[in-house]
Amino acid sequence: MGGLTRALAARAVQALLVALVVGIACFAMVRLLPGDMAFRIAAGRYGIDLVSGAAADAVRVELGLDRPWWQQLGAWLGGLIRFDLGVSLVSGDPVVDELKTYLGHTILLAVVALGISVLVGPPLGAWLGARAGSAADRAGLVASAVLRALPAFVVGIGLILVFAVGLGWLPAAGVGGWQEVVLPAVTLALGLAAVSSRVARDAVAAALHAEPAEFARRKGLPEGAVRRRHVWRNAAVPVVAYLGVQLVALIEGVVIVETLFAWPGIGHALVHAVVARDVPMVQGTALVMGLLFVALNALVDLLTLLIDPRRRSAA
Amino acid sequence: MTAARIGWALLAAIAAFGILGPLLAGDPLRQDLSATLQGPGAVHPLGTDQFGRDMLARLTHATRLSLGFAAVAAVAAAVPGIALGLIAAWRGGIVERALVSLADAVMALPGLLLVVLFAAFAPGEFLPLYLGLSLALWVEYFRLTRGVAASLLARPAVEAARLFGFGPWHVLRHHLLPELAPMLVTLLAFSAAAAVTAISALAFVGIGLRPPTPEWGSMMTELLPYHAEAPLQVLLPGLLLALTVLGLQLVAGARR
Repeated sequence: MGGLTRALAARAVQALLVALVVGIACFAMVRLLPGDMAFRIAAGRYGIDLVSGAAADAVRVELGLDRPWWQQLGAWLGGLIRFDLGVSLVSGDPVVDELKTYLGHTILLAVVALGISVLVGPPLGAWLGARAGSAADRAGLVASAVLRALPAFVVGIGLILVFAVGLGWLPAAGVGGWQEVVLPAVTLALGLAAVSSRVARDAVAAALHAEPAEFARRKGLPEGAVRRRHVWRNAAVPVVAYLGVQLVALIEGVVIVETLFAWPGIGHALVHAVVARDVPMVQGTALVMGLLFVALNALVDLLTLLIDPRRRSAA
Repeated sequence: MTAARIGWALLAAIAAFGILGPLLAGDPLRQDLSATLQGPGAVHPLGTDQFGRDMLARLTHATRLSLGFAAVAAVAAAVPGIALGLIAAWRGGIVERALVSLADAVMALPGLLLVVLFAAFAPGEFLPLYLGLSLALWVEYFRLTRGVAASLLARPAVEAARLFGFGPWHVLRHHLLPELAPMLVTLLAFSAAAAVTAISALAFVGIGLRPPTPEWGSMMTELLPYHAEAPLQVLLPGLLLALTVLGLQLVAGARR
């Protein structure tokens, strides 16, 4: 198997695990919530005044709630794999339809945030790594440590207070033009860049004095060519690999930041579904959030293979 | 080394604030609607919130709550993680493969999503938050313990001890724990930082602990609409949270 096939196969397994974990959690949630589920569903259909024991029994047989729990779990997970996610208990619309509108917003936010963090973090880190030990380098270390200690919602509130309330340059919430995406994306990007700039800084500082770079200098290559050919590319490998680790922070941040900025994405919908105890929506949003995490990871895998030829043929 | 000292000093100061503060400060729930959103003064050193509750009292109680939560959550993740890691390395075979698969299943999802799923069972309660965090964080301990234990068990000294008939407890106490201890400090600090951040973030978005419980995240949510009148009150809980996480990260990072 080549490196590419292996990486994609591992991500496919991860996607199945996501469905399994989310499915089992939501299955348990439905059954552990107090009250008779068949009665609750019947009350939702016919109205709380019109529901009778007979109606609840009919629902019980129709939905297979009288079968043993392991058969129900099998049917539940089977539906999940076929992307049959049921109907939102709040809006009454199919969960899949709602997810389609949310997903676009979340992907936009995640991609803009990743883009900003990649444009800011690694170049800044590389610049600092080339002058490791200088005053600028030490200031960068302190700034990164402080930024990493600040949770996303605290950073977001700070940005809102300064740029939306204080200066009035950008809207504090909502969705529409490009202005609305700036503050939530910058909130996420700052946290990501605080880490990726340090990874890039360490990688560049190490690659500058690694054997390939030293050898190239000894044979008389000008410093610019040494950096282009032997420093940047070698330093890029750990930076991209660490991007995979950062995706956890990105997805977790999306849930919080979307809620803070009222950005109508999957994370915002997940929080609302939890508050409303809308289990089909909790399941659908958590599933899509998990699958987005897997897809972004697969993208990072591909990027790693692209810049590091050694991995492509690795046994 | 200095970074770790700063970290410990920060944590000690915050812990003193959280442990001693509640004994000295007043009732964090007592409202005084005639004195809302006041600035710092003689009666209320850090001012009051939108219900006239004393900010200092609320902050000390919130600090105690978060520190206690972080300590319990970190230990609740460490104990099963270490135990299962040791079992996996000691038994090998199908037990090890089953546990590794379980760890992979947990790692498939970002940790906070797991905690959110658990919080959905019973919003506003502690137990699902503990269970969710414990389930999300044990994997790190499991992987570290299993890796270290597997390499140690292959050492001649440990093989000799096992051949002499020393049981798992002897190997654990005399060979494994001394090796693991320094790395565990790092992991404990990291998972405490993750727990502190998670509980505040979830309370902030409204699916964790709920008002009127004094908690950093929910205090910020409650006070955010009053940012113009009381900017200090909005920022103080976030500042305490950030200082706690910074202290934990400095303690953890210096050990690496």
